[in-house]
Amino acid sequence: MYGRKVKLRLFFILSVSLILILSVFLILRSLEENVIYFQSPTEIKILSEVEKKKIRVGGMVKNNSISIISNEVKFVITDFKNEINVIYSGVVPNLFTEGKGVVAEGYLKDKNFFLATKILAKHDENYMPPEVKAALEEK
Amino acid sequence: MFKHFEPNKIFSITVKAPKYVLLLFVIILSIGLTEALILSPEDYKQSHSVRIMYVHVPSAWISLGIFSSITFFSVIGYIFKIRNFFLISKSLAPSGLVFSIIALVTGSIWGKPTWGTWWAWDARITSMLILVLFYLIYLVAWRIYEKDEKVFKVTTIITILGIINVPIIKYSVDWWNTLHQPASINILSKSTIHTSMLFPLLIMTAAFALFSLLIFLMKYNTELIKIKNKGLDRL
Repeated sequence: MYGRKVKLRLFFILSVSLILILSVFLILRSLEENVIYFQSPTEIKILSEVEKKKIRVGGMVKNNSISIISNEVKFVITDFKNEINVIYSGVVPNLFTEGKGVVAEGYLKDKNFFLATKILAKHDENYMPPEVKAALEEK
Repeated sequence: MFKHFEPNKIFSITVKAPKYVLLLFVIILSIGLTEALILSPEDYKQSHSVRIMYVHVPSAWISLGIFSSITFFSVIGYIFKIRNFFLISKSLAPSGLVFSIIALVTGSIWGKPTWGTWWAWDARITSMLILVLFYLIYLVAWRIYEKDEKVFKVTTIITILGIINVPIIKYSVDWWNTLHQPASINILSKSTIHTSMLFPLLIMTAAFALFSLLIFLMKYNTELIKIKNKGLDRL
């Protein structure tokens, strides 16, 4: 139906795509550690040794866990399986509240204590007006 | 199919289209902006900064859509030697580049008050930056190579490499832990965005799509004029 040249070009495109997809896949696999933006408390728990370098821990801020004394903020990050205590001194973002997502950047003291140098609030995928939120909470 | 390409016939249609597209764009954009900036409610958590989303999300969608179209036209055009498809691809690229940059910049402006940072090297943001770079490489390739044969081949390979990045952008938030939130609008499962916010979002998407069409038509007409004035095939 099609000429030999069309088939040749089709074959060329297919083999180029295959090679490129495979190489991108392999690169991503080998870089997985860097692609992941933060680790969960469970992943911290199963670490074989406490890392010295800067890492990020993410999860939910545990309810009733935030205590602010002068400039020091203490709270607990949970993934509902494991928890980690975080100590941070500085200004927290406006959206940092209990029961919401958070990413803390800093250093592990041990597997239960994390010294944060930066706090980022993680926003979730829920978008709604305040009235709808209030109605949902009443239910 | 290369032989059937008649610039004059296509040109007679595309030269008239921009003014109608422009009119429609202005109307839809006015409705969209009124909805997005005045009529739509503020978010329960982000309050007014949610309005950035009405520019951010449509820009990201359009830039991904345009790159996918460029790849489609390039690959089909390359296999079947359809020159016109390459002109379409080339004319689509500038608005795609602009929207991918708008998505990054508005995301950054939203990120500062929401996350507490302008920039994070998470998978979604980094892969979006890579898309911008692919648009740039693609447009640069058109300027560098002189011969048609060569430029068709090179740009096609660039689009194939770039299209691998498109599903990575889309699914990065599901595959890895990212700072960026997962998708709010899902086709298969329930969307987590309220209807009063979804409506302006869709109108803004339509407005941006019309703007891309407008820029595309203007670029495409220029390309056709260049072809007609043979010898001035390449500026």
